[in-house]
This record gives sequence, C-alpha cells and structure tokens, in this order.
Amino acid sequence: MTFALVFLAVIMATVIGWLLRQSLNTQPWQADDPLENRPGRGVIAVEPAKIALLSFIAVATSLFALFLSAYLMRMKMADWSPLTEPKLLWLNTGLLVLASIAFQLTRSAATRGQLPTVKTGLIAGGVCTTLFLLGQLVAWQQLNAGGYFMTGNPANAFFYVLTALHGMHLLGGMWVWGRTTARVLAGADARSVRLSVELCTVYWHYLLLVWIVLFALLLST
Amino acid sequence: MAYVAIADRDHDIEHHDPTTFITKYIWSQDHKVIAIQYSITAIFVGLVALVLSGMMRLQLGFPDSFSFITPNNYYQFITMHGMIMVIFLLTALFLGGFGNYLIPLMIGARDMVFPYMNMLSYWVYLVSVIVLLTSFFVPGGPTGAGWTLYPPQAILPGTPGTDWGIVLMLGSLALFIVAFTMGGLNYVTTILQARARGMTMMRLPLSLWGIFMATVLGLLAFPALFVSAVMMMLDKALGTSFFMPAIVSMGEQLDYDGGSPILFQHLFWFFGHPEVYIVALPAFGLVSDLLSTHARKNIFGYRMMVWAILAIGGLSFVVWAHHMYVSGMNPYFGFFFATTTLIIAVPTAIKVYNWVLTLWQGNIHLTVPMLFAIAFIFTFTHGGLTGIFLGNVVVDLPLSDTYFVVAHFHMVMGVSPILVVFGSIYHWYPKITGRMLNETLGKVHFWGTLLGTYAIYLPMHYLGFLGVPRRYYAMGNTEFMPESAFVLNQSITISALIVAGFQLIFLYNLISSLRNGEKAGPNPWRATTLEWQTPDTPPKHGNWGHTLPEVHRWAYDYSVPGYPDDFIPQNVPADPSIPAYDQGSHGPDHGTSS
Repeated sequence: MTFALVFLAVIMATVIGWLLRQSLNTQPWQADDPLENRPGRGVIAVEPAKIALLSFIAVATSLFALFLSAYLMRMKMADWSPLTEPKLLWLNTGLLVLASIAFQLTRSAATRGQLPTVKTGLIAGGVCTTLFLLGQLVAWQQLNAGGYFMTGNPANAFFYVLTALHGMHLLGGMWVWGRTTARVLAGADARSVRLSVELCTVYWHYLLLVWIVLFALLLST
Repeated sequence: MAYVAIADRDHDIEHHDPTTFITKYIWSQDHKVIAIQYSITAIFVGLVALVLSGMMRLQLGFPDSFSFITPNNYYQFITMHGMIMVIFLLTALFLGGFGNYLIPLMIGARDMVFPYMNMLSYWVYLVSVIVLLTSFFVPGGPTGAGWTLYPPQAILPGTPGTDWGIVLMLGSLALFIVAFTMGGLNYVTTILQARARGMTMMRLPLSLWGIFMATVLGLLAFPALFVSAVMMMLDKALGTSFFMPAIVSMGEQLDYDGGSPILFQHLFWFFGHPEVYIVALPAFGLVSDLLSTHARKNIFGYRMMVWAILAIGGLSFVVWAHHMYVSGMNPYFGFFFATTTLIIAVPTAIKVYNWVLTLWQGNIHLTVPMLFAIAFIFTFTHGGLTGIFLGNVVVDLPLSDTYFVVAHFHMVMGVSPILVVFGSIYHWYPKITGRMLNETLGKVHFWGTLLGTYAIYLPMHYLGFLGVPRRYYAMGNTEFMPESAFVLNQSITISALIVAGFQLIFLYNLISSLRNGEKAGPNPWRATTLEWQTPDTPPKHGNWGHTLPEVHRWAYDYSVPGYPDDFIPQNVPADPSIPAYDQGSHGPDHGTSS
C-alpha cells in the first residue's frame, strides 16, 4: 500500500497545507478584521469548474494509485506470470501523445480566439483519442488470440482491468469533448468554449501521464 | 480576464426558478429539496436496517424462539444492517442531507455550484439504494458475508447470497461511490468558491469544516472501496483470482489460484477507517455548533478545533491496519499502527476538552438539541476510551472477535453520530419546515434513546470481557459463559426493542409537527450563522432574496459584552459605538455568559 500512501500523502499535504495557510495570522473572533477581509483571503481566483476538475483528478489519482498498489502487492505472489505486452501499445501511446498535443494547440487557439484552429484541433484531438481507444481494443484482441485470457493469470487480469479503467476515463472525457466540438461546429465563438477546451486539455494531459505510468509499469514487470 | 468570484457577480448570474411541480420537488436542482430527498431516503433505509437489527437481537436474546430467523437470515440481517447504517444511512445523511442543506446557506450562497450534478448525485444514490434493497427479493436473498465482505467466503457457496446478493451489493456500492463523488465534488467546490463576501475559511462554522474535511476524506478513500468492489466482482463473475486463493469448496477444487484475501482487507480498511471519520467529522462539526448556540457561548478554541479536524483527516489514512491485527501481520507493523492509532486520539481528545470547556460557565439552555449534543460528549468519550483499549495489539487480540468490539464501534460510530443527527434535526427542523418540533415528545425521545442505548451497549462490554464471540448465530451450551451472560443478552434485546419503539415517537413528532408544530419564526434559537438570517423561513429558491449577505464576523459571537442581545449574526457589521474589545474581539476562548 506504500504506493497509494505516497500519492495520498502528497494530496493530503497539499489540501491540509492550503487549509492551514488560511488559518495562520488570523484572529477569527475579530469582527470586520482587516486581516480577514483583505483581498486574496477570499475565494481562489480560478473558475469553479477547474477546481472541480482538479478535485476529480485527485479522486482518479487515488483510484489509479490504489489499483497500482494492489498490482504491486499481488505480483509478489508465486503464481504471477508476466505477459508480453503487444507492440501496438507503442503506437497507441504515440496517438495519445498526439491527442494531448492537439488539445494543447487548441487551448492556445481558443485563448487567442482563432476559431478555425480550435475546430481543427478539437477534431484532431478527438480522432487521435478514438484511434487510441480502438488500438487498445485491438491490443486486447491480440492478447486474447495469444492465449492471454483474463482468468489465465493475475498479470493478464490486471492488464485488462487497468487498460479498461484508463479507457473509461478517456470515454468520460470524450463526452465533454463531444459537447464542446458540437458547440464549435454549430458556430459558437472560440472564446466561449475556452473553458471547456482548457478543461479537456488538462484532463487529456493527466490521462496521458497516467497512461505513461501504467505502460511503464506494465512493461517493467 | 481576471476571475470574478461568484458572490461578486451574483446579479449577472441567471437564477432559473423551477416552474413545475416536477422541477420543484422531483427533478429538483435546489440544494434544499435535494437535501430533503437525501434525508428521507437515508432515514427510510435506516429504518429498514433498524428492523434488521431488531431481528438479530431477537435471535440473540431468545435463540430458537423465532422460526423465521434461520442462520442464513441472521447473517444476511447482520450484513445488510451494517452496510446500510454505515454507508447508506450515515454517510448519505451527514453529507447528502446536512451537507446539501447547510453548505450553501451557511456560506451565503444561492445554491451549489453545479446544481445539475447535485441532482444527479441524489438520483444515482437512490438507484444504489434500490439495487441494494432489491437483493432481498432475488433468489438466495442478500449477501450474508458480513459488512466487511471478506473473501474468500463472500463469494463461496455456503455463504448466503452468493448467487445474486453479493453481486447486487457490490453493484450498489459502486453506484453509491459514483453518487458520492458527484456530490462531493460539488461540496468541495461550493465551499471553496461560492462563499459570500467576507466569509473567509476561518469564519466558516465548524459544521462546514467537518463536512468539508469529511468530503475530502470520502473523495480520496471511497476509491479504495471501489477498487476492492471491482476486483471482487471480477473474481465472482469472471473467475479471476485477485483475492481468491487456491481453495477446496464443498469437496471440490475450484479454479481460483494464488489470490490474496489479505489484499482485500488492506483495500477495504484503507477505505474503512477513513469512513469512520467521514461519519464522525460532520458529527464533530455539527455538535460544536449545537453546543455553542445552546450554551450561548463562543466555541472554545476555534482555531484548535479546525486544526484538530485537519489532523484527524490526515491521520485517518495511516491507521487502517488496526482493524487487521488478527490477520497475522508483522509485529513491527502492528506497533506502527498502534502508535498512529494512539496519536489520532490526541486531536480527538482536544475536541472533547474544547466541547466541555465551551459548556464551562456557559448559559446552558437544556433544549432538546442541547440534550442530544451533551449526550454525544458522553457516548463519544465512552466509545473513544474503549478504542484506546482496542488500538493496542495485545489487548485487541483477545477482544477482537468478542462483543467488546461490537460495543465499542456502536458507541463511537453508531450511537454518537446518531445522537448528533437527532440533535441536528431538532435544531434545524424549524428552518427547514418553519415549525418547531414538539419539545415534550423530543425529551421523551431523548431520554428513551440515551438510557436505552446505554442499556444495550454497556453490558456488551462485559460480554466481551467474558469472551462471548460476536458474529455467532447461537451460542449453544458454551461452558465458559455463565448464566448471567444469557440473561444479559435477553436484557439487551428487550432494551433494543424499547429503543426502537422510542424512534416511533420521533417519527410521529417529525410528521405531526409539519402541520401541528408551533410556528418557528426565522431564528428561534437566536443563532448567529447565516442560515438563520434568510429573508424567508423556510428559505425560498435562491435563499437570499434580491441580495446576497455579507459576512462581518465569525459564527460564534454569543454573549458579547456591551451588546444588547446575547448573539450577533454573522452578517451584522461591527458597531462603532461599542468599543472594539467588546465586538467579538474578546479572544477565542474567553466568552462570558450573559
């Protein structure tokens, strides 16, 4: 459980550290205390949706970290037999990197109000992600054809579960991407979708990072 | 473009009032309606769990007297009782119920930041409850694996409900976690981003600190339950071996191989222990506000109370394995977890001292909410003290599988939070409905519940010391158990049935006061927090009429010297005619009684 503990310790330290900072140098019992009322001691200057996304990323990090902890504990058992990951995963990784780059470019374009680039970027990001997901399904088929069934070995089972979990998170992101793209195609102003594009970008970068960690772990064990 | 806080652009935000019955009361996005929906569902399912516990007690007090309570039924009742009470009642009621109702009102907001997601949260929760209750009607009935659902027995033949019950249980837990996550993201974001002008974090009432920290814990800890539920579901449905070892069942070698049941225990308790605080922290917060309001005195050591909540939240993630001392762990691990367990008692004890010191020299009004709040201090201290026993490995080993543990956890996370729930309902019912609950019935309910629960759980400690094992359907003629143990069991059962009867008084009061209760007025307790300062009681959609409130002080300005009333609401500015010293600046811990 050390793996999960480290991640949670970082998250909790961040949360508790921020909250503690709110409490330092305050005298809450003072009415209209100038210290309490000064600018910057109120809300965080970030859109609520970003706070919600960051909180969700913390939840997802906890989920993945716990799965990885379970993976590391389970692989110590005698029956663990590592599988050979399909080479296709490298190509899939490349596609996800491209998706992330596309979203990053889209984000910059949305900030500058460049609608054509936003359209292209969103479509490119969506296509690369769809290809990634399809590629993951093909990788599953290749493993199945190679006799690596889910019930054959815990290493196989973890591979299917972790990739499925990651894919489902991407699908959730694709729902937001779909709504944003539909708005852009319907003629929405680039700046009006800036927040949605930013949220997608942060989420895609996060899921790329998660995939790289998962992939590295699967390859090395 | 610089970000403008929600409270500062209130007039630019469109607030769509619900226009139809459906959008007002069913598919409602109003946090108050959602809170009531959550509360009614949670209380309903809690009543189911109460009936189940009554049937368990009938079997334990009067074994072989009730033919409809078979061994299988007994284990199913235990399992469903535990899971419902911990997850589907307490977690849902504290966060989905009180959290939803109080957060926007106490911070001076119009609603949650994401009302649609808030609505979805309730409906997914309702589906999870329906899925759970459905298991009573499927072949084989609900799972009887115990609320901890330990493998391998949870999915092996011989345990009740291994066909459908366990599948529905795991499914309903997964749904609950989805619902909780949607709600939790809302609570956190709303508290951080939608506070009214002047409502700094350090002016939040402690109720919200407790709810906030419990939500953070839930968001980070529930994934552990989700992980274990998914992996167990795969072991059950597809035949993987995450948790299932090579095993012979009913004389037949099964296909499982090499899985680790201990891995499940780690994951489960990694969720399970923070879950104790997910329930306890909101209770700590709510009871702090009840004590302060009804003692007409500022809470003692506000900042220390906040720090204690933070410390408890952080430490709650490093104590989980004290639930696993009997699993054969390395003694060094045992030592580590015993140490962290004892350390977490420090901030908890600080809170207890501060509650007592809040009462010290206060102008104590023995209202029904106050009675429940004071009773909480007793029951929580008792439960906490036995926790110190069980946190030590050498003491835990002989007691772990006895009724001592049942007594401990019921006192600390059953009776104590429920007393706070009752106190809080008596306290906030006037705001929610505009009517007071009947005080006489409330006091009858209080004394029956408090004395009754002591009659149930104090003897259980003694049974535990005698070595009476928990989880057993029938004790048989066990020689080490004296006759008095059997008599005690009967007495406990009778007490439990009487306590259950007293809850009917509460339900009657709850329903009849809707129509017959005395009209409450906007602020019957003369409380300082914002929810009591709304222009309408009950608050209408949008809570605040035309203008959002502004906050000028903390939530605990009671009995401020020099001020004509014995309370100053949070939205009242400092009065230049009163010397600064007297305007709530008399220090955090030196409030005086009026």
